[in-house]
Amino acid sequence: MTTTAIPTATKGAGAATPKRRPRREREGAAWVFLSPWVLGASVLTLLPMAVSLYLSFTDYNLFDPPHWVGLRNYTQMFTEDPRYWRSVVTTVTYVVIAVPLQLALALVVALALKSMKRGKAFYRSAFYAPSLLGASMSIALVWRAVFNDGGTVDNLFGTGGWVNKPGWALLAVALLTVWQFGAPMVIFLAGLQQIPAELYEAAAVDGAGRWRQFLSVTVPMLSPVLFFNLVLQTIQAFQVFTPAFAVSAGKGGPADSTLVYTMYLYDRGFVASHMGYASAMAWVLLLVIGVVTAVLFRTSRSWVFYASEGDR
Amino acid sequence: MTTTALARKPVRWGRVALHLGCLAALMVMLYPLAWLLATSLKPADEVIASLDLLPGHLEWSNYETAFEGVNEVSVWRLLSNSLLIAGGAVLGNVISCSLAAYAFARLRFRFRGPMFAFMIATIMLPHHAILIPQYIIFNQLGLVNTYWPLILPKFLATEAFFVFLIVQFMRGLPRELEEAARIDGCGPFRSFFRIVLPLTRPALITTAIFTFIWTWNDFFTQLIYLFDPDKFTLMLALRSFVDASSQSAFGPMFAMSVIALLPIVLFFLAFQRFLVEGMASSGLKG
Repeated sequence: MTTTAIPTATKGAGAATPKRRPRREREGAAWVFLSPWVLGASVLTLLPMAVSLYLSFTDYNLFDPPHWVGLRNYTQMFTEDPRYWRSVVTTVTYVVIAVPLQLALALVVALALKSMKRGKAFYRSAFYAPSLLGASMSIALVWRAVFNDGGTVDNLFGTGGWVNKPGWALLAVALLTVWQFGAPMVIFLAGLQQIPAELYEAAAVDGAGRWRQFLSVTVPMLSPVLFFNLVLQTIQAFQVFTPAFAVSAGKGGPADSTLVYTMYLYDRGFVASHMGYASAMAWVLLLVIGVVTAVLFRTSRSWVFYASEGDR
Repeated sequence: MTTTALARKPVRWGRVALHLGCLAALMVMLYPLAWLLATSLKPADEVIASLDLLPGHLEWSNYETAFEGVNEVSVWRLLSNSLLIAGGAVLGNVISCSLAAYAFARLRFRFRGPMFAFMIATIMLPHHAILIPQYIIFNQLGLVNTYWPLILPKFLATEAFFVFLIVQFMRGLPRELEEAARIDGCGPFRSFFRIVLPLTRPALITTAIFTFIWTWNDFFTQLIYLFDPDKFTLMLALRSFVDASSQSAFGPMFAMSVIALLPIVLFFLAFQRFLVEGMASSGLKG
């Protein structure tokens, strides 16, 4: 679920397909193939989106019929609910800490592995393993223990239990995300290997040192992949749930310091049974993710370089 | 890098340092996993008291306790619940996503452009925006606290990411094969089942593996849909330990965590080539 597309993929669905048979004949077959998707997209995606928009203007507790309240959920959210803002600040802080750190680490490791001849496949798999395991409750529980009072981190660095300190618990959650840098790392590595060696050779002939080569060849050539990873990880980070849930024993504590957005949404909707309020929260999340993605796409024009487009 | 490779230096200290650095990083990275394994075998009094990774003596009884399960539900039950959901999800995703992908990649129909764009857009849609109405729908149908809400959507190609993945793969297949088959009188159905589907196997395997692992790890959806302890999955059962912070529960809790991770580890070891390459080529997130 928590995924996104390669940006270039929107360039038309196989636009160059020439017509080989009369359209009607194949059209019927197409709809047969498409029927599960059409059903899912309409009944389980489009309809729920419309319903959740409607519910966001109602008071609904799952048992009594929804009761229209206009914008009250939204005004309450923005003006009367300090825990809502707490969850917004927490989530944004988490995104701002976790995503850049994770991508930086992914890039550094990918660069280290790139020129390696022996052991590359081994390292690649080993660094990737946490990305698969780390999303689970199992590892989130390990995290809580390791960062708890008397846990390894406390013993080694005398930090005390981060998990119990309001200023630090969120950092523990963010580090669990950073730890899963293997997924963007593998994508970076694939991107690095597609940069033609001639470009480096040409740069070297022109007298460019390693650092210059990195800035003038690697960074621009890698920018589409960097952009892809950035969009992907940001969208996912906004939806973090499991590690915050585990680290705080399902409560978002201490002092709401790990109450991420989705956890407060879960609390409002499924614990307190305020489905209308939770729907309003879901719609704000949808809009925020939409806006952030749009902004990233907009800024990408100035720093993402697509070799195939030539000089713009 | 070919230039430096040609002019070989006698002792490549840089390379040695690189390997040492990677190994050091790897040890830090894999520490939590080693800690998990070690703690699952530690007696209660050693869990917190010592920094040693290796247990003083191996406490297998943690696993015995874990196998008794949680809330009087045995691990075998939890395991088969997890397998049922993950297996159903794999089957559903592979079937429904490949059908939709074939239509998008190879067939022509009205509104294909807008529908494809919509499909791509749903990849970025946060799950939470549709979660509550989906919950209400399943609630109205009396299906909350069953596995239907976890499995049925996968049979309707709702994980658009995999549709996209398979579309991308199918576009790379040569059209000549299908054209030859068409001249021989193959319709779209035969040509899908006989020609395209077998060739799409790598994308289908990637879809299957990631569906399995993501469904296995999923917590949020299971948390909202399943109430009865005997319907719990392994990951959900672990939640029952979350509140129990007493040291005595530590060993069994992490023994259960190991058991819950084992299928993913096995999948990873068996398919890591497909996993890493599938993900690199498709930009898949694990």
